[in-house]
Amino acid sequence: MQNTLLEINEVHKSFGSFKVTDGITLSLNQGEALGIIGPNGAGKSTLFNLVAGGLKPDRGSIRFNGSDVTQDPVFKRCHYGIGRSYQIPHPFANMSVFENLLVGAAFGSGRKESDCYDPCIEILQRTGLLKKANKQAGSLTLLERKRLEMARALATEPKLLLLDEIAGGLTEEECLQLVDTVKGIHASGTTIIWIEHIVHALLSVVDRLMVIDFGRKLDEGDPKRVMNNPKVQEIYMGISAE
Amino acid sequence: MSAIEQMEKYSVARSTTASKGAAVVSAFILIVLISVPFWAARSDLRTVVEFAYYLSLAQMWNLLAGYAGLVSVGQQAFVGLGGYMLFVLAIYLNVPPIAAVFLSGGIVALIAIPTALTVFRLRGAYFAIGTWVVAEVFRLGFAQISVLGGGSGQSLPATIVREIGSGRSEREMIIYFTALFIAVLSVGIVYWLLRSKHGLALTAIRDSEPASGSLGVNMFKTKLSVYVLAAGVTGVVGGLIFLQKLRISPEAAFSVQDWTAAVIFIVVIGGIGTIEGPILGTLIYFVLRGLLADYGSVYMIVLGIVAVVVMLKAPQGVWGLLANKYNLYLFPLRRRLDRKNDLER
Repeated sequence: MQNTLLEINEVHKSFGSFKVTDGITLSLNQGEALGIIGPNGAGKSTLFNLVAGGLKPDRGSIRFNGSDVTQDPVFKRCHYGIGRSYQIPHPFANMSVFENLLVGAAFGSGRKESDCYDPCIEILQRTGLLKKANKQAGSLTLLERKRLEMARALATEPKLLLLDEIAGGLTEEECLQLVDTVKGIHASGTTIIWIEHIVHALLSVVDRLMVIDFGRKLDEGDPKRVMNNPKVQEIYMGISAE
Repeated sequence: MSAIEQMEKYSVARSTTASKGAAVVSAFILIVLISVPFWAARSDLRTVVEFAYYLSLAQMWNLLAGYAGLVSVGQQAFVGLGGYMLFVLAIYLNVPPIAAVFLSGGIVALIAIPTALTVFRLRGAYFAIGTWVVAEVFRLGFAQISVLGGGSGQSLPATIVREIGSGRSEREMIIYFTALFIAVLSVGIVYWLLRSKHGLALTAIRDSEPASGSLGVNMFKTKLSVYVLAAGVTGVVGGLIFLQKLRISPEAAFSVQDWTAAVIFIVVIGGIGTIEGPILGTLIYFVLRGLLADYGSVYMIVLGIVAVVVMLKAPQGVWGLLANKYNLYLFPLRRRLDRKNDLER
């Protein structure tokens, strides 16, 4: 029997009168890879903020690894094993790439700093950033920044990794490299939720797909079936269902 | 690749050639400073004491604003409290004056905890104004305490002054060495803090607060610790300042211009978010002050112009310019991953 890692129950979030998350329910098993798509402003990143703790829901609950984490702050959720990347990279610009990872490893996993060196080197290798280890994070290219977002989140040793549009703005070749890296992370047993507009990249990794529109779940299930849903095609790709 | 192979191939280095050189130069400067009371004039001694307390105040403000993102304009609260605690401890509780200076810091740190819980409810500019308001509340409060001299203040009684040292020269020498110790301690604390795991958290918070939280950094605890630590050391400096002045009044103790505006100038000019910046900034401040001492209010105008120009043209301060140009780090805070011929420098 598979263990449920994340349970989102009837979560609501509004900014003023604008409902950004409107009663979303979702359950994710350990080792799964879930893709999330939806138009801009559909509430995808807000859902990540609710799961990672940057925002608190108005109603509903979030359980992680069997515990209710709805009211817990961001850093605690990181300690529980929720790692995230940001859509717009937030590098520690004046620290080196290696030091960026050390922050995640030392505070996310709670280890002594000197015990973090080897795991960080290993992650730098996995994410193709080893040669940039001593570069200032502020001087990295977009691809490297996106890789750093992912590498830093991995350094916290997450059970669940939230990837927010990490392929956006990359060339086709860069995108393929990134997909390989994500596949490797998933293969190592990390549960993944990936928000992405570049659908072919997403579909090559995820086992399940969820579509969000106006803060509501429009469809969820097998990626191919979901992509063939006429409603999804209409709202997401502008193809009329008529 | 196995962990053992990695251990063989990579090592993490902290120091650089520049930092080793800087350590030697610093040791030399310290030896010279220790010898100063034995050959320098009395006025020079006072200047070094003043330099020492401005340097300490600047290091603490830099830790707050440059790293923890807590832009306080109310640090005069802790200078004033430190000064008043010295007077209370020395006059009413018979604590030896030098011990009272350090004990004042401890008491100020304790007072800073409820203060922090109040001002931490505010963000950005509101936090800055909030800290100033707190300082004003302390100023007005102490002006009401008649046993401490009320609004006009009080002097340290001669019996207590004699407890510092029997003669004037001895007193000045003791105050000089206390000041030197406090300055070295301030720089040392900041250096130790930034070099430790906490330094990683502080530097991360400086660069991006949202990312720090997502990576497991407890921002509230980190900021609170820094705020209380900075208040404590600022309190010690306050005690020292009024031990040297031998007189305290609410206006002098809680002066925003003397204890915060000048300190912000020093840190901004020198380079915020670095240990080297406040040291260089204090030097620049003292040089400018020396040069402009005879020009009255023009002095303040020139300082203002210098601050505006630096903020516009070199927001990282003079040290930031030098560090970027020459890739210079005198305090070895970085963690460099070394493997031969493989890493881009």
